[in-house]
Amino acid sequence: MTMILGLYNYWVVIVLMMIGFYMIIAHGNLIKKIVGLNIFQTSVFIFYISVGNIEGGSAPIWDESIILYSNPLPHVLILTAIVVGLATTALALALIVRLNEAYGSINEDEIQAMDNQDMVNHSLSNQHRDEEPC
Amino acid sequence: MLAHLPILQVIVPLMAAPACLLLRRPKLVWLFTLLASALAFIISILLLQQVMIAGTISYELGGWSPPWGIEYRVDKLNAFIAIIISGLSTLVLLASRTSIEKEISADKHTLFYILYLLSLTGMLGIVTTGDAFNVFVFLEISSLSAYSLIALGKDRRAIWSSFQYLIMGTIGATFILIAIGLMYQMTGTLNMADLATRLPEVAETRTVITAYAFFIVGVCLKLALFPLHLWLPNAYVYAPSIVTAFFAATSTKVAAYLLIRFTFSIFGLSFSFTTLPMGTLFLTLGLLGIFVASTVAIYQDNIKHVFAYSSVAQTGYMIVGFSMATTAGLSAMLLHMFNHALMAGALFLALAAVTYRVGATKISDFQGLGRQMPFTMAAIVIGGLSVIGVPLTAGFVSKWHLVVAAIGKDWWVVAGLLLLGSLLAVIYVWRIVETAYFNAPMTGKDSVEEAPMAFLFPIWILASANVYFGIDTRLSVETATAAAKGLFGVAP
Repeated sequence: MTMILGLYNYWVVIVLMMIGFYMIIAHGNLIKKIVGLNIFQTSVFIFYISVGNIEGGSAPIWDESIILYSNPLPHVLILTAIVVGLATTALALALIVRLNEAYGSINEDEIQAMDNQDMVNHSLSNQHRDEEPC
Repeated sequence: MLAHLPILQVIVPLMAAPACLLLRRPKLVWLFTLLASALAFIISILLLQQVMIAGTISYELGGWSPPWGIEYRVDKLNAFIAIIISGLSTLVLLASRTSIEKEISADKHTLFYILYLLSLTGMLGIVTTGDAFNVFVFLEISSLSAYSLIALGKDRRAIWSSFQYLIMGTIGATFILIAIGLMYQMTGTLNMADLATRLPEVAETRTVITAYAFFIVGVCLKLALFPLHLWLPNAYVYAPSIVTAFFAATSTKVAAYLLIRFTFSIFGLSFSFTTLPMGTLFLTLGLLGIFVASTVAIYQDNIKHVFAYSSVAQTGYMIVGFSMATTAGLSAMLLHMFNHALMAGALFLALAAVTYRVGATKISDFQGLGRQMPFTMAAIVIGGLSVIGVPLTAGFVSKWHLVVAAIGKDWWVVAGLLLLGSLLAVIYVWRIVETAYFNAPMTGKDSVEEAPMAFLFPIWILASANVYFGIDTRLSVETATAAAKGLFGVAP
């Protein structure tokens, strides 16, 4: 029981991570994929933050009455990671906009199908070119 | 000034990137970028010289002493990889201005150079830093700029492959972040040297093993080791040619460096190869990578695809050297990293030249190019021979060292398989040679001319380097061996 309740923060991390990972793999909609990616990254942020916390520990502001402090370093690290995650999301959304302009779709399967169709058309036109009398 | 070289290695391209915005005029920006990259190259040469004479350099960022402050730590391995990255980056930049004229719209030229510099910053940062979390940050700097650079490609598939790379790359980087978090949880430190001393005490715990597992999967995604290579071929093919030349020569080398650094310097040899069966795992994946990727390369229609899959196969060779866990195997791996950077640089730059003149790199576009673009094609042939591993080319030297290292471990079957893998390379290289030299040009393509000097100059520097390091191996072999010995803690 302590395995489940005592370490509940890690269970939250694992569950969120799996939800995010599943969304990235299973969803065809690119926006949903990015949402999944965000949940996946957030789970790691929670992991770092809970690692830094010490039970009964105070915020790392010096005061004579406080004996126990939480470790601020993982929190600082995660600020950096959040910024990185933000940049990734922004870039991914920008790419989705461009994909929508180029393909008229934000669905993975549809885009892949159009790419495959392009390949077939291209090789057909190549054959045509070869057959033309010189 | 000399004492600050480790940080200057990263700061120079980092500061040069936003400065490009002030210059505005693309030609000036190009010159400036070239200058910054060349400066980074000179710095890495100086660093290697210092390291070779005086041993490992430790640089304290902001004067905070490690393990509390961030430390930049340069030893023979870092310096060697930094030279590969900054050197290739400079050579590729020489051709970039001409190449992007036809592939990227004019208003995006300045942005292209900024992204290029940021990507270079990230790679050099990963290599010089001695702090595990810094690795993650620099990894994301180089990756984010890489995604944008790939998306600059003309074809709409460039955006799609960039997006796929973004998903894969972010998962990989996040896995590395998890690994670093777990390591921090067990040891309370992020400094690599400090981690190395503290990890053995807790090495038998499940947390550390999990950390290593996350790290390996994350870094192998970046390394594009078979079977995690799926993002690489399309990203290389649809990116602007010059970007492909840059990444093919450098980016997988950075991931390979991370693999070496974390496995040998941080987790330690006995943990990864005795406690965990990493040797067998990497040997299997490496060999599979060589054979599967080389076979797929044979059936490709686009020559960029051919050499992209060939790059995956060459990574397989590096990993086989890695899996031996001996000084000989590791120095063969480092040597192959250096030599593959030369081959990939020469080949992809030549392909960029072909794209510039012909407009595409399908196998049918190569008909008659042997006569129309003799110098470019000759460079492709030299690069191809080097990929195969023909004597008197750089590729031969590293494969020779690899086979000798395998025999040194009594792995006769592996040695045989490595040679067999080269035969597959003969097939895909020969296809190109045959099409280019024994076919008349296609109708409508009679007017194709030799590539301009901007291409030929860097291409031929790299092609002759392929030959030079195939004959005079003192420099490359000595440095690689010294770096490998340093990792095993043997005084060189």
